[in-house]
Amino acid sequence: MSWLKGQSWQGYVKGNKALLGLLPIIALALLYLVVAADRNAINPNEKILPLPSAMVEAMWGLVFERDQLSGRYLFWSDTMASLQRLGLGLLISTLAALIVGLLLGVLPTFRATFGMTVTSVAVIPPIALLPILFIVFGLGETAKVALIVVGIAPFMVRDLAAYIAALPREQIVKAQTLGASTWQLMLRFALPQAMPRLIQALRLSLGPAWVFLISAEAIASDVGLGYRIFLVRRYLAMDVILPYVAWIAILAATIDWLLAAGSRRLYPWAHGSGH
Amino acid sequence: MSAALSLRNVWVEYGDKIVLERVNLEIEEGAFVSVVGPSGAGKSSLLRLVLGQDAPSRGTITLDGEPLKAQCTPERGVVFQRYSVFAHLTVLGNTIFGLECEQAPLTGRLFGARRRAAAEVAHEMLEAVGLGDALDLYPAQMSGGMQQRLAIAQALIKRPRILLLDEPFGALDPGIRADMHTLITRLWRERSLTILMVTHDIQEAFSLGTRVLTLDKSRVDPHAPNRFGATVVYDLSLERRLAREAELASAVQVDETQARELISDSSITIDTISNK
Repeated sequence: MSWLKGQSWQGYVKGNKALLGLLPIIALALLYLVVAADRNAINPNEKILPLPSAMVEAMWGLVFERDQLSGRYLFWSDTMASLQRLGLGLLISTLAALIVGLLLGVLPTFRATFGMTVTSVAVIPPIALLPILFIVFGLGETAKVALIVVGIAPFMVRDLAAYIAALPREQIVKAQTLGASTWQLMLRFALPQAMPRLIQALRLSLGPAWVFLISAEAIASDVGLGYRIFLVRRYLAMDVILPYVAWIAILAATIDWLLAAGSRRLYPWAHGSGH
Repeated sequence: MSAALSLRNVWVEYGDKIVLERVNLEIEEGAFVSVVGPSGAGKSSLLRLVLGQDAPSRGTITLDGEPLKAQCTPERGVVFQRYSVFAHLTVLGNTIFGLECEQAPLTGRLFGARRRAAAEVAHEMLEAVGLGDALDLYPAQMSGGMQQRLAIAQALIKRPRILLLDEPFGALDPGIRADMHTLITRLWRERSLTILMVTHDIQEAFSLGTRVLTLDKSRVDPHAPNRFGATVVYDLSLERRLAREAELASAVQVDETQARELISDSSITIDTISNK
């Protein structure tokens, strides 16, 4: 018996992959429940590790009842606001990475001119730019989206440019001997070859993108998932924070899964045995 | 026979390093030229010159009398050892690519009737290399031999004046390699191609080529290994051998038919050996 790929266990693992992946999460949840029950038994006013019943109670008002002050379902308006900022940030970053990355990767002149600029921008910690963004764009939506873009676009641009520049030289020569112009080379060779890599870079950027979103919302906002958890932190409201964090995890995992599935479906050739 | 490609006193130098020197070469139309030589003797440099990837530092290269531009253009088709086909296109997509680039400068894609016409041409080409049933496969799903077949079809669809092969069968199994030798010989005969093939395999060079060139340094300075470049040290024409083989093959056929006629006419058994 071996734990490596291709051995006797693989057949078993394949059929129960989702179940196997859930095991550690279930174990963590169980551990939490045991510890929380223990603490609640000693102190009925326990705040740090609330039981699921307390979480449901606290979340019920946010999910199913309108807020008396604003008239909104807070949980859903938080979710929508955060997703909108995140979506815009990711969209702008992806487009920037695609266009700039493609040009940097394919055209040596472009790379010589702008390569150093992109690298210099990429090494600045994005959070250090947040005050500038707030001053320039005000405290509204623009600054938050801009922070996500500033945070992840340089990484995506550099990753894609390096990938395209490293494509085998033979392929470019072959395309040229088949009569491809520079424009056709970009459109029919570099662009499709870059797409799966771009999606991969986007998936890797999801984590940082959430970090920048929550940071921006924590500092200046009046709605959003990050705003809410930083707001209720003042009351040690773990019964709200923990469900919110779990919800963020579910949202992030879903986006990641959708991107992965989309890439496999649209670009089967890039996923080896997947087709 | 006219010279399709000619190199006159061609040098390739990178700074102080001389890679090729005094290369004079005439490649006539319809020739199958194999290039052999030790590693670092400029085989690849020669190929890059003819391909237009590099320009010679001295001398001239002409194709059909016209000076060769230092650009990769469709007059020259190429098949590399690896990375010759596009991973993101199917077999049909790979083959049709050359036609699409030519006919659709802006979008690089053909639609409707024009695409069907191009697909038909591509399909014919794929039949010729034995990939007629694999139109919708991606290169990652194919064996190395199939990928090289595809690379050949992809290059030939542009009807290049000269086909350049850069160790095209080097990464293949011996059995597959023999199949590929048969294929390239058949395509070369049927389509009267002009082929320049770089190879490490001397047996391959002699069994396929009508002419074998050996590149090596004719002068060596042990204290300055880069002082002298490689040039063509042997230029062997195999035309005579090939002609004799063809003669022998036809002679055997004639003998047999004559013998059969004799047998049927006289209705007796003739021992051809003892009667001679």
